[in-house]
This record gives sequence, C-alpha cells and structure tokens, in this order.
Amino acid sequence: MTALTILLVLVLLLVVFGLLFRLQILTSIFSGTFTRDIGMSNSVNAILMLVFLVFGGAWFAYSFVENFNKMNPPIASIHGHQMERMFWTTMAVIGVAFAITQTLLFVYSYKYQHKEGRRAYFFAHNNKIEVIWTVIPAIVMAALIFAGWKAWTRITGPAPKNSVVVEVMGKQFNWLVRYPGRDMKLGVINYRMIDAVNEWGFDLSDKSALDDFTTNEIHVPKGVPVLIKIRSRDVLHAVYMPHFRVQMYAVPGMPTRFWFTPTISTDEMRAKLGNPKFNYELACNQVCGGSHFAMKATVIVDEPDDYQNWYAAQQSFSAKNPEVMAALKQKAKTLVNPVVAQPEVEAAPMPLAASN
Amino acid sequence: MSDLTPKPNFSASVQASGGVGSAPVPTTEHGDHLLHDDHDHEHHDQHWLWKYVFSQDHKQIAKQFLITGMFWAILGGTLSSLFRLQLGWPEGSMQWLTPFLGHWIQAGKLNPEFYLALVTMHGTIMVFFVLTAGLSGTFSNFLIPLQVGARDMASGFMNMLSYWFFFISSVIMFSSLFIETGPAAAGWTIYPPLSALPQAIPGSGMGMTLWLVSMVFFIVSQLLGGVNYVTTVINLRTRGMSMSKLPLTIWAFFLTAILGILSFPVLFSAALLLVFDRSFGTSFFLSDIYIAGQALSNQGGSPVLFQHLFWFLGHPEVYIVIMPAMGMVSEVLSTNARKPIFGYRAMIGSLIGISLLSFVVWAHHMFVTGMNPFLGSVFMFLTLIIAVPSGVKVFNWLATLWRGNIRFTAAMLFSIGFVSLFISGGLTGIILGNATLDIQMHNTYFVVAHFHLVMGSSAFFGLFAGVYHWFPKMFGRMMDEKLGYIHFWLTFAGVYLVFMPMHYVGIAGFPRRYYAWTGFDAFSQFADMNKFISIAAIIAFLGQFIFIFNFFYSIFRGRRATQNPWNSTTLEWTTPIEPGHGNWPGEIPAVYRWPYDYSKPGSDVDFIPQNVPLSQTQSSNLPYEQEMAD
Repeated sequence: MTALTILLVLVLLLVVFGLLFRLQILTSIFSGTFTRDIGMSNSVNAILMLVFLVFGGAWFAYSFVENFNKMNPPIASIHGHQMERMFWTTMAVIGVAFAITQTLLFVYSYKYQHKEGRRAYFFAHNNKIEVIWTVIPAIVMAALIFAGWKAWTRITGPAPKNSVVVEVMGKQFNWLVRYPGRDMKLGVINYRMIDAVNEWGFDLSDKSALDDFTTNEIHVPKGVPVLIKIRSRDVLHAVYMPHFRVQMYAVPGMPTRFWFTPTISTDEMRAKLGNPKFNYELACNQVCGGSHFAMKATVIVDEPDDYQNWYAAQQSFSAKNPEVMAALKQKAKTLVNPVVAQPEVEAAPMPLAASN
Repeated sequence: MSDLTPKPNFSASVQASGGVGSAPVPTTEHGDHLLHDDHDHEHHDQHWLWKYVFSQDHKQIAKQFLITGMFWAILGGTLSSLFRLQLGWPEGSMQWLTPFLGHWIQAGKLNPEFYLALVTMHGTIMVFFVLTAGLSGTFSNFLIPLQVGARDMASGFMNMLSYWFFFISSVIMFSSLFIETGPAAAGWTIYPPLSALPQAIPGSGMGMTLWLVSMVFFIVSQLLGGVNYVTTVINLRTRGMSMSKLPLTIWAFFLTAILGILSFPVLFSAALLLVFDRSFGTSFFLSDIYIAGQALSNQGGSPVLFQHLFWFLGHPEVYIVIMPAMGMVSEVLSTNARKPIFGYRAMIGSLIGISLLSFVVWAHHMFVTGMNPFLGSVFMFLTLIIAVPSGVKVFNWLATLWRGNIRFTAAMLFSIGFVSLFISGGLTGIILGNATLDIQMHNTYFVVAHFHLVMGSSAFFGLFAGVYHWFPKMFGRMMDEKLGYIHFWLTFAGVYLVFMPMHYVGIAGFPRRYYAWTGFDAFSQFADMNKFISIAAIIAFLGQFIFIFNFFYSIFRGRRATQNPWNSTTLEWTTPIEPGHGNWPGEIPAVYRWPYDYSKPGSDVDFIPQNVPLSQTQSSNLPYEQEMAD
C-alpha cells in the first residue's frame, strides 16, 4: 500500500513536471516571448528551488521528528550516555550549519535567477570573508575534536582493576563465550587444538584453563565495569552491542578488548520498555560470510547478586568434557609448534570485586 | 542560451571558429611542438578502427571512457535494485528472478552469499569503474587538452593504452559475474581473511581472483592516465596559460591525477600481497585461523595491515572521485551564474589542502578495528580538519551564486544539486570522523548514508553536470534541456528520499551488509522505512533512463550546437563545433586572462574569453590588468 502511494505520488510528480515544462513553452509561444533560451523554464526551475527547500525541509523535519524515538533505542551504559550527549550536540551543530547553508543555496538560486537586463555583480574575492569562514569552522572543529579526544581516551583507556572479565570469540557464524572461572585467570588457548568439542582450543595443560567455563549467553553484572576480551578464530568479525555503545573488531591472531559499565539490568529494561521479551543483543558488524546477518549473541545484565550466583553455578569446561582432557596429553605432544596465547595478567581477583 | 547576450566581436575569439567544414589552416607556431604536424589535419582516409576504436585522440578516448562508465553505472544500479528488493521485502518471494539469477535464487529466496556478492560488486563497480574511470577518465581526458590549449595529451599512445587496460579490467570484472561460485563477496574493501579464504565464502574463490586481476589492470590504467594528465598540465599549456590562469576543472583533474599516482600503487601492493597469501602460502594478512574443520598453518600476519594498505588508497580514492566533480561544478556554477567563481585562489588552496590531508586520514576507517587508540586520536584530529577546506569550498560556491544572474541549464541544476548533496553528506562526516561517535556509528547505515551522499550521489551529480555542460563539445549537438530538468528533479528528490531516511536507520544502529535484520530485536523497527527507501531507490534508478535516452537520442537527433552555447570563457569553446584531432584547425589560441571574466564591469558583453587580449578590453580592465596591457 505504501509502495503504491509513493509510486502514485512520484508518477504524478513526473506528470506535473512534464506538464509544467510543456505548458510554459506553449504559453511563451502564445505570449510571443518564446525563445529557445532563457524563458519561463528558468523561472519554473527557480520556483522549484524554493518549493524544494520548503517542502523538502518540511518533509525532512516531519519524518525526523516522527522517527525520532525509533532511531533512539535505549542506552544502558555509562559511556553510552556520554556518547549520546556528544552525538546530539554535534548533530545540533551540524544541523545549524546544514540549515543555514541549504537555505542560502536554494534562496540564492531563487532570488538571483536570470532577469533580463540585470547583470551579475563582479565579485571575485574578498580575503577578509575567506578568513572569517576559515577561522570560524576551525574553532568549532577544534572544540569538537577536543571533546571527542577526551571521551575517546577515557573510553579506550585501560579497564578499571575491578572489572569483570568475559571473553568472546567470533567464528562463522556464532559467538563463543568463556569466563575465567574461580581463579579469575583465563587459561591458555591454542587454535591448533580446536575441534568440534573443544571449540575454544583450550590447552588444558595450562592449570588456569581448568576452571574456565563456556556459556551460550553473555552474563554481566549491573553497575560493574565489564572488560570484554575479543578474539576471532577464522575471519574478521566485530562485537557490536548498540545498547551499550560498544563496538570492536574481532581479529584472528590479534586479541582486542573493550570495557564498559552496564547501567540497566535486563529485567529493569524489560519493565521500562514494557516488553517482557526484550534482550540486549550482540551483533556481528563486520561482514564475515553468508550468515553474517544472523550472527548474534544474547547479553543478559544481572543484578550483582544474581550474577554471582549464576557465576558460582557454572561448571568448568574441563569438568564437562573429560574426554578432551584425556585426549589432550597425546595430542599436545604431537604438536610441532604450539602457539601460546597471551598470558592473562590483569584479570580481576573476584568476579564482583566492586559490588562487594 | 546562446542568444542571451550579443555575440562578442573580439577578433581573437572568432579567429579559431573554423566550424565543421572549414578547411584547416596549417600554420607553424610555438607552444605545441611535437604534436603539431601529426594532428592538425584530418585523417579522412583513416581506418575506422583507428579512428573510433584504437583512437589516440583524447576526445575519442574520453567518449570511450564515458560510454563504458555508463554501461557500468547501469549494471551497478541494477545490482543495487536487486539488493534493495531484498532489504525492502525480506520475506518476499524472488522466484520471478530465477531466469536471471539462476541458482542464486533458492526456494524463492535470494542466496545470502549472493547478496554479499551484490553489495560487493555494486561498491566496486560504482567506486572504481563508474566514478573513477567513468568520471575522471572521461573529463580529465576530454577537458585537459581542450582547456589548457594543447593538441592532445602528452602521450596519445599511453592514453589509448589507459583506456584499453581499463577495458580489459572491465571485461575481467564483468566475466566474474558469471562464474559458478559467484563474484567477489567480501565487501568492496575485500578485507582478508574473508577475501583470502575460499572456505570462508565461495566468492573468495575464482571470483576474488578475477577481482584482483581486474584491479591490477585497472590500476595500470589509472597510472597511465594519471601520468599523462599531470604531464600534459605541466608541459603542454598554451602560451600565457600560467598555473594561476587554469580553470578550476584543470586544477581539480591535476590534483586528482597526483592523488591517483601516489595512492594506487599502494592498493597494487596490497592486492599483490593478498594474491601471495591466497595462492602461494604466505602469511601477510593471515594468522591463527581455524576454518572448515582445519587449522591453517599461517602465522604472524595481520589483517589490520591490509586495512592500512587498503585505506591508504581507499581514502584518497574518495577524493579522486569527488575532486573532479568539484572542479566541474565550480566551472558550471560560475558560467551559469554569469559571475566569477568566488575566491579562485582560495578554491585552489582548499583543493590542495584537501589533497594533502587526504593522505593522512585513512585510519579513520579503522577506529574500532583494534588499532592502537592513540592512533585513533591522531586520525580524528586530522580527519576533522578536512571540514575546514571543505567548508571553504561550500561557502565560496554560495558566494558565487550570490548576486549572480542564474541560468538554470540542466548542468547548472545538477551543480546546485551537487552543492546541496555535498553539504548534506559532508556534515555527517563530522560525526563519523569523531572516533568516540564512530564507536556506535561504524559500519552502520549512517556510514552508508553519509558516503552515498557525499561521494556517491555528489560525484554522480558532478558527472551529470559535466555531461550536460560539455555534451555540445563532445557531439556537436545539444541535449534536450527539458528532459534534463525532469531528470534532475526526479533524481534530486529521489536521492534525498533514499538517503535521508537511511540516516535514521543508521542512528538506530542497523549494521550494513546485512541480508536481513529480522533476526535481531534491536533492528526490527524500520521495516516500513526500508521498504520506503527501496521504492525510492528503484524509482530514482529507473529515472536515470531518462538521461540515457536523452544522451543517445541527442547524439543523433539533438539540436545542433553553436560554437559557444553557454557563452563560456574557457578555451574549449574556441575550437570548431566538432573539433578534429588536434583540436584547433589553426594556431592554438594564446591566453591573456583568468577563466572567470563574467559580467566584468565596463565590458559590454557578460563574458570575456580567456583568449581575448587585455589590449582589446581597455574599458573593463582592472588597474593591474591595464598595466599589463600597456
């Protein structure tokens, strides 16, 4: 139905343009002013400039307001709110520039349309004006750069010591999740040890790997800094969590990281939105193959206590899969060139150091 | 337009107006050494193969680039219509496309891997084959010799090679569309490991090989062309044509060619290393990969290295696309506002500034790729500075319109449209260039909307402006202006209807290169909006056939052009209506003034061509010009 309406409007528009430009030839022939050159079509185009400004601007303003809520999904992290403020401040600045320049463009086009006998004003240059419109944008840019730089260094700076650590690994086409277990140390993994069961490539000869546990969903506690460590085991992926304003590539051979502090638990958000099915989502945002569009993980923000209970109830990978442990010893020996993942140095001492 | 003002009766502007049939006057002269004897007579006995196919005439080569570019544009647009169908109606049946797409339609649905191939090829075709070769290739070739006053390019033979390498590249890329495993599908940025491993996606097999081979030929073509453009501008300017008297078009083409020469070799190296990784077992970009049940032996490579190499070309590339458009738009705005371009030197300065900066901003495409955050701050700083010279250009264009006497030719409409789109798309660059905000916006539809406005649609508008404006010089006939108006208004409205809502979708966080968003709650709103965008996009695309019709119809049936239909000042309009090989039948005109003497006070006509000596315009000379005239 929408399709039909739009189609109809555009076809009508086309007809109107066609008629306008035809009509003006006829009228100009009748009125005797017909020349092949500058006739009424010039003023028709000039008027259309103004029409475009008014109706285009009105349509844009209307649709922007109309869709404003849709384009602002809820935000649930501390830096996310800061980014949001910076985003809309910048939008306001560029909005002003947009409105001024577009208005001038179309109004000048209308106002200075060709008129018989008038002559354009020979105005070749004016250094003072050039300096003004070089300096003013430069100052505005400097302010934006400074604000952006401050926020960027804070967001990408080292994670607080008390951060909860979770590691995700992208693979075609889903996300693997693991936690460091009780020792708060992520164990060594080795991509050569990956198989259908040992998807992470746990090297269980490393003691700290023994209590690591894997999950399908990502659980994080509310109000506590969360450090997401990110890996990929095949092609590029990207961890993208729009609600938390988090994005970082998953790069094979190069672990990356991003930390943030969730502010609203999943339950709270469900209540707030009136949507009992709501879930925070982690999307892959770097094209990784045919099912890229379906590569998702669910993120659950728990109250700190719930998180701790959940954490304590998890069973380690090695305990769940004794056969991996058994097979490991032989397998590890045959490896010519074992690759050791970076040792974990800064894992937090407790799953919930901050909340206690 | 031609009857607007009385024809100026300067002897100099008339001297070269040989017209179509007039006998060329062989003369001996100064500036055009080398080429003179070869070119200033018409080869009536020339075989058509050498005249039309393997031509060394820059004008013929320009037309070859243009027609090939148009073919690619239609194809690129068709591909976008296909994936817009998928995005607008993710649940809809595509059974009816089976006759065209064969096994890529399975059970009435588009294959998701083929969807990626579609977006990849759309991007590759539009960026490289249409907006680089089709735009810069056409107009650099066509206008540089004509506007600097040269018989032809510095090397006509290399110029011919440039086109034929492009042609070979085109044939290879086109053939990749038809192979069993499909064309390249890793995105037009072909990031490895996805592009390196056929196990990861079928398009990374033969399709990717053809992509890389095609691109090697393409780069050779660009370099041959670029060296020629630079050499011609530096060495073959006519008498009096100092760099400070060059039209802004030439400045833009000149700087574009320099950008291409400096950056395309880096893409070449990236492509070469990727070929090594793909075929010879090296590990430049691959490390620690387990795929398809197998751990690969590659270690120590970095996918991020590829991104650095790619974007070292990729970012200048967007300026390679947009700067020729900027140059042509400056020219068309000034001509049709009957006013000198405001701040000629500032325009050149900002072009140079943009060119320099374009080499030091590439990593703003990589803020969240795992690159050191410190680099992110540096590149944010450098990126946002580009807003300043870009702003200067916009303000100067506005000042050029101010108190002008505007004729809305189709070319003028597209130029005004260009400025509007460049503003709309450029401003959102301030958001994306900010590393902090890019965390959220990276790879969303906000980016798609941004670059489609600022370098996609804008460059297309520049291309249209160029074609409408210089068509009379190319084919000796005029395009139909009325159809041009309809084409413009439909396209202009269409572009905004497509890309403005795309910003909303992007702000909501919709990822690009998604076959469907239906799997995510976060991306489930805006289904209607996507439908809307798709309809607008398909209609806007279909509207382009008005142009195609107008173009081909006018070549054969258009109204015959006069020598200088737009009353323009630059040298190309002093050639005969249909200039032969060698451009001017007689002596090449000398140049005495800058190219923007429109509506000069004291002159009884509203334009004074560049080849009119100052001594003939005593009444309108500025004080310093009068000194030179005396």
